[in-house]
Amino acid sequence: MFRKKECIAMLLAGGQGSRLYALTEKTAKPAVSFGGKYRIIDFTLSNCVNSGIDTVGVLTQYQPLVLNEYIGNGQPWDLDRTYGGVKILPPYQGKKKADWYSGTANAIYQNMNFIDRYNPEFVLILSGDHIYQMRYDTMLAFHKVMNADCTIAVINVPIKEASRFGIMSADENGRIYKFSEKPKKPDSTLASMGIYIFSKDKLAKYLEEDEKNPNSSKDFGKDVIPAMLAGGERMFAYPFSGYWKDVGTIESYWEANMDLMKENSLLKFEGKERRVFSRTNAEPPQYIGKDAQIKDSIITEGCEINGTVENSVLSEGVIVEEGATVRDSVIMNGVTIKKNAKVEYTIIDSGVVIGSGASIGADKENAKGITVIGSGIAIDDGKVIADGEMVNDAYYEEKLKGDMTV
Amino acid sequence: MSAFGLIFSNIHDNSIPELTRRRTMASVPFGCRYRLIDFALSNMVNAGISKVGVIVHNNYQSLLDHLGNGKDWDLARRSGGIKILPPFITAYDSQAASQLYTSKLQALMGVMSFIEHSEEEYVVLSDCDCICNIDISDVIKKHEESEADITFVTKKEYLSDFKASSRTFFESDEKGRIRQIYSKPKHISGEFDVSLNIMVMKTKLLYLLLTDAMARDLKSFDTDIVAKRLGEMEFYIYEFDGFYAAIGSMEEYFECNMRLLEKDVRRALFDIPERSVYTKIKNSPPTLYSSDACVKNSLIADGCEIEGTVENCIIFRGAKINRNSVVRNCIIMQGTYIGKNVHLNCVISDKNVLIKDDRELSGHPSIPFYINKGVTI
Repeated sequence: MFRKKECIAMLLAGGQGSRLYALTEKTAKPAVSFGGKYRIIDFTLSNCVNSGIDTVGVLTQYQPLVLNEYIGNGQPWDLDRTYGGVKILPPYQGKKKADWYSGTANAIYQNMNFIDRYNPEFVLILSGDHIYQMRYDTMLAFHKVMNADCTIAVINVPIKEASRFGIMSADENGRIYKFSEKPKKPDSTLASMGIYIFSKDKLAKYLEEDEKNPNSSKDFGKDVIPAMLAGGERMFAYPFSGYWKDVGTIESYWEANMDLMKENSLLKFEGKERRVFSRTNAEPPQYIGKDAQIKDSIITEGCEINGTVENSVLSEGVIVEEGATVRDSVIMNGVTIKKNAKVEYTIIDSGVVIGSGASIGADKENAKGITVIGSGIAIDDGKVIADGEMVNDAYYEEKLKGDMTV
Repeated sequence: MSAFGLIFSNIHDNSIPELTRRRTMASVPFGCRYRLIDFALSNMVNAGISKVGVIVHNNYQSLLDHLGNGKDWDLARRSGGIKILPPFITAYDSQAASQLYTSKLQALMGVMSFIEHSEEEYVVLSDCDCICNIDISDVIKKHEESEADITFVTKKEYLSDFKASSRTFFESDEKGRIRQIYSKPKHISGEFDVSLNIMVMKTKLLYLLLTDAMARDLKSFDTDIVAKRLGEMEFYIYEFDGFYAAIGSMEEYFECNMRLLEKDVRRALFDIPERSVYTKIKNSPPTLYSSDACVKNSLIADGCEIEGTVENCIIFRGAKINRNSVVRNCIIMQGTYIGKNVHLNCVISDKNVLIKDDRELSGHPSIPFYINKGVTI
């Protein structure tokens, strides 16, 4: 059933996030868990809901199983609607040809029929791999006041990091006159956050043209935005100043988790409009045992802590047994850390069992890097995993099990 | 097997008048994130029951808020699901509005049409004063096998004469057939089959018993129906061997919450495969422990911020405990704010209590110090 919507959101969730290595081996990046009880995509979805946007198309491609299950009918985000709601949009087989999404612009182009059903004036394009809280309705109001064809949310970044981003130059009214994707010599510090509001007719026109261009890489940042700028369209930069973090690398993912514990953390979960929704299981409360020591940590329902936890983020149902130590680490749901095991400066994916007396990683000051243990792996009692190792199934077969038989 | 559930939400309100001043027994907060009804509801849902009538009479706004449309128990259904059954009061019957019923039988008479229109073969009836995680489908199976008219879930337990005076219990033969029923008797103690206030019977039988009771103006299910018909009908017990706790007083409420700190009790309630306990989802963030936090032997919900010392406590969602405060042996309900340098011992703080800096409050396990909802101290 379709009812006209003023603005609908299209959420690009198909990326692999290959720089997260073992964490995205079996799941798409937006479905990677974050901050105890969230998945990365929860922040974008909750932003939509808190901004009054109730129609969201989620474009999936890479390893969609976990993501599809997680989003389900959209109920946790109040997006199980009769009119609108959340819809998963996988690549599909057309009459003439079947196409994977060959780029962000192409993914939206292939779903123009979905957009048209709601006859929106505006389309909000989002990606599901950033941690931030933002009111898209304010951005939309800005878009309307400026009578813009395209509004791009921007954030000030340090000049030395600017060459990692799409960099915008704008006049005092915010009108963009120059855009360069990952420039070697950036001449501005306004970085694109990958959040666009398009007036629908312009979006349709430029996607149509981009699709016909054989030299295009079918990407918003590389092709569509420059084409619109060249076409003299009214494009504006919408400044954002809150917390915003790309969790595309192991380091930035770890940092973003740790940021949650800072006393002046810019991410706030209190208040009706700042709630972040997530799908949760029926877990009992967390139990903190007689000998537990917990400092500077975030702990979620279903956990049972009898050891030491410092400066760490623990997801649902993590068990830390007596004498075990977890320090400077991110532990995902259902992980068991057995007696006297030591986990330092490590990210452990869901369902892992760390055997008793095992030692994972090294202390933060001296470690070569963050250690990562992929989901479902069981580390045998007493095993030592060196700092900076990336342990996935293949690695485990090869190295660790091999050791055992020698 | 097809069965539907009936839950009595107000029956035991008088047991803990402090906590039920503005809520039903069913919506009394328990165990960090639950309300008492969650156990009765989850037991039914986990047995595959998809239609549950919740009989409410008064004070039930908090219960409606908790249940919503039943989504969180997977009971938001097109057919069946959660049915709230408030009293049926006609414009011409001025008496009914002023009469608060006190017994299960009267509550059931008020929902006759719901029972009459239920096509399920069996009905499972449950109060909200018992905490347990029980396989109801097995109770129904045993009920069918024994060809009983009514099966009562019980647990063998020693009762002091004080406790006995607030319980219903049975004497039964070796096959489990009930020979004697005691309903809140005085001056009796000993080991009995104590009722968990969960029973199973055929829907048709319940309807027949109710029409008969209405015609004869009977008042009590236990004494006017069960006790009177012990000879002619087959009443059986189903012996439950898991953990259960009945909440019949403030002291028992306190004790029962504290028992959740025992590993075996938590296992028996929360750790049974395929039998989770469901509750309303609040989307609170995880709990944050600061560098000054010192937490021992406590059960803590999400959404809390803990900077002080917490020992042997049950802490509900969204509580905040500031620096240098020491909280021991307490039940701290949702949204309680505890300032700096506060000392609490054996305190039950109801929802949204504000305790200012430097306060000291203490109760005793036998008479915990209770702070009313929303009070500032």
